[in-house]
Amino acid sequence: MSVMTAPPRHGVYRPRRRRGFVSGFVGFVGELFITAGVLLGLFVVWQLWWTDVQAEREHAQALAALDWPEPAPAEDGSGLAVAPRYTDDPPVMEAPPDETVFGKLYVPRFGAGYVEPIAQGVDKERVLDRLGIGHYPDTAMPGDLGNFSTAGHRTTYGRPYHLVAELQEGDPLVVRTEDTWYVYKVTEWRIVSPYQVEVVSPVPGIKPGEPLPELTERFMTMTACHPMYSAAERYVVHAVFDYWAPVSEGVPAELIDAGVDVEGT
Amino acid sequence: MYGLIWRALPGPGWFRALFLLALAAAVVLVCFEWVFPWASQYVPMNDNTVEV
Repeated sequence: MSVMTAPPRHGVYRPRRRRGFVSGFVGFVGELFITAGVLLGLFVVWQLWWTDVQAEREHAQALAALDWPEPAPAEDGSGLAVAPRYTDDPPVMEAPPDETVFGKLYVPRFGAGYVEPIAQGVDKERVLDRLGIGHYPDTAMPGDLGNFSTAGHRTTYGRPYHLVAELQEGDPLVVRTEDTWYVYKVTEWRIVSPYQVEVVSPVPGIKPGEPLPELTERFMTMTACHPMYSAAERYVVHAVFDYWAPVSEGVPAELIDAGVDVEGT
Repeated sequence: MYGLIWRALPGPGWFRALFLLALAAAVVLVCFEWVFPWASQYVPMNDNTVEV
């Protein structure tokens, strides 16, 4: 037939084929962009939701694996005994190996159900993203003279320090090791740059290189990111030691008053 | 791209749709388990320690 060679037909087919190629290419690039957008959206879902799901499961497992003794019950059989306040030198445990869960933190201001594991080290992938609160390895252990310094996520990965900015002066921070309670009271909070390491020095505020006075006080420090969903600054809370008590003699009144259920956690 | 994959797959429509769903699930799994944890170190939105 003459259809194959007819010039008008060529004129019709050629631009159609060219349009097909261009629009096909544009369509391909468009699909790539859509795919990239979906993947970025998935990343946000993973970071803001799935890391919490995963870390909360790991924190619960870490707490369950501790298998520590139950605090003493009350003499009249109603719940647990209120522990007496000891204000002499508390027993201090040796620093454990890295990535070891050695403590639990209770903060009534964060809710009666709040309890998070404290592990040795502040490595992001191995401790903070998985085990909960991290202990700066070269700082004091709970109850020791100096500054028991900790870091925790304020967003994502189970966010143990999510509500850190809600803390008020005088709020108790209750640390438990296997046999001992350590009760600290919040004194101050500040927002600092990530490089102001003096917040975790044995006496908060003494910069590296400055002479350190003789240690007479027991501090606790929490560091978390600030503002939320940013790493521009750090939110820092300082607390001072109030008293200690053996677990075998009961539970700090601060936890009982707040309705914290310490059994089985 | 997706049109090509669709045409390259054998079988009836429901089978291809099911296959692509499974493929998408696999992509999500690989991302959540390996790709995103690796990528997150370049998105320091939650650093919380002080350091020199």
